[in-house]
Amino acid sequence: MAEHESETEALTSDELLVEEVSIDGMCGVY
Amino acid sequence: MTFDLDRAWRVDTRVSMRPEPFGALLYHFGTRRLSFLKNQRVLAVVRSLADHPSARAACLASGVSEAELPAYARALAALADSNMITERTVHDSRP
Amino acid sequence: MTLAPEIPPASTPAPGKLTDLFQLGLDAPICLTWELTYACNLSCVHCLSSSGRRDPRELTTDECKAVIDTLERMQVFYVNIGGGEPTVRPDFWELVDYATAHHVGVKFSTNGVKLDAAAAARLAASDYVDVQISLDGATAEVNDAVRGPGSYATAIRAMANLHAAAFRGFKLSVVMTRQNIPQIDEFKAIADRYGAQLRLTRLRPSGRGADVWDELHPLPEQQRELYDWLVAHGEEVLTGDSFFHLSAFGSALPGLNLCGAGRVVCLIDPVGDVYACPFAIHENFLAGNVRETGGFATVWKTSSLFQDLRKPDTGGACKSCGFYDSCRGGCMAAKFFTGLPLDGPDPECVRGYGESALASVSSSSAVTPKPSVDHSHRTSPSRPRSSAGSSSGPVPVTIAVRRPPTHDCDESPLAGFTA
Repeated sequence: MAEHESETEALTSDELLVEEVSIDGMCGVY
Repeated sequence: MTFDLDRAWRVDTRVSMRPEPFGALLYHFGTRRLSFLKNQRVLAVVRSLADHPSARAACLASGVSEAELPAYARALAALADSNMITERTVHDSRP
Repeated sequence: MTLAPEIPPASTPAPGKLTDLFQLGLDAPICLTWELTYACNLSCVHCLSSSGRRDPRELTTDECKAVIDTLERMQVFYVNIGGGEPTVRPDFWELVDYATAHHVGVKFSTNGVKLDAAAAARLAASDYVDVQISLDGATAEVNDAVRGPGSYATAIRAMANLHAAAFRGFKLSVVMTRQNIPQIDEFKAIADRYGAQLRLTRLRPSGRGADVWDELHPLPEQQRELYDWLVAHGEEVLTGDSFFHLSAFGSALPGLNLCGAGRVVCLIDPVGDVYACPFAIHENFLAGNVRETGGFATVWKTSSLFQDLRKPDTGGACKSCGFYDSCRGGCMAAKFFTGLPLDGPDPECVRGYGESALASVSSSSAVTPKPSVDHSHRTSPSRPRSSAGSSSGPVPVTIAVRRPPTHDCDESPLAGFTA
């Protein structure tokens, strides 16, 4: 399982604050 | 992508925002895109965009330091790119 | 107005990635499937909910509104309404309007039977209602063999009505089968013709699908063909996020490639039963009922089934496979109804591990699970109750067994159409 990151005040320049995805219901509409 | 921190922004009217323990989920009804804001501070920035004359002001008011601004600008750029946030025009009224 | 800076909680770690957050489960679904009724004017051979006859215990209008109130409180973004055929409920439009008025978006799935010009106009006028027309063949011959005589014409008529009402971007949804994969380009042309977006979804051995799985599920080479076609068409074509098991062919398909059952999505059925997913209507995946104290919110947050599903997934037998990260072991329902263990490969694993797993199942004396709920019409062809993946006798023919022609003439809606 991917590591968890602790919430910190200072951010590294690599850290992404936003992650996005297009979903289509995750098998919800058939 | 270059994001203009000095322009006025707001959350798109077709976006629904839902706070989560670790930040927030944003869902855009037009594009079907889901965005995940990964901490409370970026949520605070996004929520307050419409209340500030610029995105920079919204960031600073939410406690973002100068050193962190580039990371937040990148985050806002991603949200702008997927139409989650849009520039405010002269004719926009406060939500 | 200035905001005081938020002080982050000292000890709570944030998930690094969206997939981790989703695996662990959210406090509320992102969306969910809501089957409004088991009644249906059709008897599709592969129906995942074994629909046909209304259940006498179906939720009343007021009970449905109470569910919508809960979804609003939980901030569920939208509901995927289906059934059976949801539009045969007399309160269908009332419930759709109630949902959108209460900040819950609606997408509904229909065979088109009630989508006349008035209905199309009504839908075109609404921003928060999306409609999906079901069609499983690009020609009447292929379609009606699965969905019944006249169903092709009904669907086309509904699409024409939506197009005429200037409703652009409604969905044309197809369940991919051995019979219709050769027609994939024609489906795209039909969608384009009517201003619709094409949606291709995966057949599962669920509901009546278990009876026709052996004959209808895609052949291995067809899976490859389908994957290549999806990659070529990118985000232009939707998939219901149902083909993530194909990601093991190469680069991952767009979307969140994992099973959301009980974590970010679930099913509410017509009598208020809450299942992990619409393809898993079986008591093993029953989490509770909305009529219980605390309603849907309590079921979502506290059911032991959902808590089990939200435990971290270690990969099981798939752990050593290099493709596990992209396919996540495939579809839980597909494994369950073919008798495979849930912590092993998908029956259609594109690396071939599913085939060997199925061989062990059929050589053992274990009986594959059967759906416990069946609302099929009494006048349907009798179901042999053979289980998916078994080597029992042939299923009575209600489908075309010969390969359909790929260039029809008289029955094609494309006659006379130039791109």
